[in-house]
Amino acid sequence: MKFLRDTWLVFQRQMQLLLRNPVWVAVGIIQPLFYLLLFAPLMKQALSAGGPMTDEQAYRIFVPGMLVMVALFSAFSGFGIIAELRAGVIERNRVTPVSRVALLLGRSLRDVVQLLFQAVLVTLLAVPFGLRVAVGDALLAYLLIGLMTLLLSSTGYALGLTLRSEDAMAPMLNTVIQPIMLLAGIFLPLTFAPQWLKNVANVNPFKWATDGVRALFAGNPGDDAVWQALAILTPLTVLALFISSRTFAKSVR
Amino acid sequence: MIIETSGLRKSFRSRAGRETKTVEAVRGVDLSVAEGEIFGFLGPNGAGKTTTLRMLATLLEPDGGTAVIAGADLRKEPGEVRRRIGYVAQGGSTWDESTGREELVLHARMYGISKADAQRRATEALDTFELAEYADRRCKTYSGGQRRRVDIALGIIHSPKVVFLDEPTTGLDPQSRAHMWGEVRKLREMGMTVFLTTHYLDEADALCDRLAIMDHGQIVAEGTPADLKQEVLGDVVSVNAREVAKAADLFDNAEYVRKVETTEQSLRLYVEDGASAIPHVLRTLDAEGVSIEGIELHRPSLDDVFLAKTGRSLRES
Ligand SMILES: Nc1ncnc2c1ncn2[C@@H]1O[C@H](COP(=O)(O)OP(=O)(O)OP(=O)(O)O)[C@@H](O)[C@H]1O
Ligand SMILES: [Mg+2]
Repeated sequence: MKFLRDTWLVFQRQMQLLLRNPVWVAVGIIQPLFYLLLFAPLMKQALSAGGPMTDEQAYRIFVPGMLVMVALFSAFSGFGIIAELRAGVIERNRVTPVSRVALLLGRSLRDVVQLLFQAVLVTLLAVPFGLRVAVGDALLAYLLIGLMTLLLSSTGYALGLTLRSEDAMAPMLNTVIQPIMLLAGIFLPLTFAPQWLKNVANVNPFKWATDGVRALFAGNPGDDAVWQALAILTPLTVLALFISSRTFAKSVR
Repeated sequence: MIIETSGLRKSFRSRAGRETKTVEAVRGVDLSVAEGEIFGFLGPNGAGKTTTLRMLATLLEPDGGTAVIAGADLRKEPGEVRRRIGYVAQGGSTWDESTGREELVLHARMYGISKADAQRRATEALDTFELAEYADRRCKTYSGGQRRRVDIALGIIHSPKVVFLDEPTTGLDPQSRAHMWGEVRKLREMGMTVFLTTHYLDEADALCDRLAIMDHGQIVAEGTPADLKQEVLGDVVSVNAREVAKAADLFDNAEYVRKVETTEQSLRLYVEDGASAIPHVLRTLDAEGVSIEGIELHRPSLDDVFLAKTGRSLRES
């Protein structure tokens, strides 16, 4: 009960601050538009090498990739927490009896809400381009990327609280996120990859997430990829929340 | 005693290039603070004041030692300690994009206070600290003094028994500092025990009922400002005279003089109580026919105390 109330308090404040600064809404709209307009046509041509392809087929492959990409960026949440750390806000929160898990979860849930907003937007923007997807499938896909966001944003917070400097954080995130993105088959499905690359990609949990979301957008909720993605993301998310809330409890300065 | 600590210790490992160095920030602090007093922690930069406070506020786990704060054991029931104390960090704690009122309401609610009560308390605190005018402006638009007052208001919004203020006046102009002293005294009037740190001598002297002087992670002296000054040196009577050496001999065996020092033209007599010593000094000199050019009473400052205990001046360190 107290935990839920605490989480709500933290979440509420974070949402309030987010809405106060509507720049991100504009960014959230413009960025996906770039990809839809400037990159999707190119990808369609490239994929057509394997056989002719309709717009709808192309967007069913492309949009899930973009959703996963946007979710991956939630790891950059760590930059925000460094600013809060520096302002003394985290320390002020930590002297109160507020739940340490709530300090994390309230923030991560804000990131999830923000991401889901973007995800719905991306999906809707792709409809005029020919995308068709069942509502139930889309909701399940949002659940998957919501989990991903929870996992990545809480990891980002743990990193931020541990590294405590943007200068250490930026190169670290870039080096980790780049290969994860490439190995998730976000832009081109890994079906075209040589075998060794497929093997490497198989250890990337986000490759499984991408496959799951693609299966859902292809209208196959029964596909193995869907439950596999859930089975991989759920324990990882729980683990990340656990570890990260401990950094909120321990964080030094 | 509302705060009692014993043997509180903390060291940090920090890396400088390849070497890891251990900094012993706090090396065994024993303290007791009585309910309702303003207790001060005076010490130079790096003395370990903030580290001690952060340990007492449950933000940092001590390496050793124990503490009981407002009846709760620091190690066994940190949650209970948190409920009973307020803490105002040295570096401030407000968020640029929030308003003072929002910060206050949210902070109160984090202590489990209901929304209506939190709003009432926020309004009250804003009045107490003369912030009502700026309450709904974003914190980034506040002046340093206003921002500091919000910090303090945040620290006491839940009516704690003890409030820790880490350098409440550093960075404020003289007028705001004087103002802040008034606020701190108000907290005591409201029934709180105030534990503050400072490296201003005048602040420790004027504001604190009792204080501890800290240096290199240890407490080197503790007491009321008056006692501390008395205990170390008493007062100094300095006499300007021609025949300094002859005059000095006269006081070698005087029992009210603790120590005699001479410089070229003056004689310094360390005495327990300057006011009552001066007539004796004058009579003695007069009886031996030593003519004097001037006599001066100098009351020692806390800096003299620091100097006596550490061999350094606080102003220099
Ligand atoms: N997180 C930390 N990591 C490493 N060293 C630390 C850390 N925090 C404090 N120290 C070191 O511990 C010592 C005591 O620091 P502390 O901040 O307690 O001093 P202080 O008395 O508050 O000084 P000031 O008046 O400058 O605020 C210093 O040498 C400082 O460098
Ligand atoms: Mg300090």
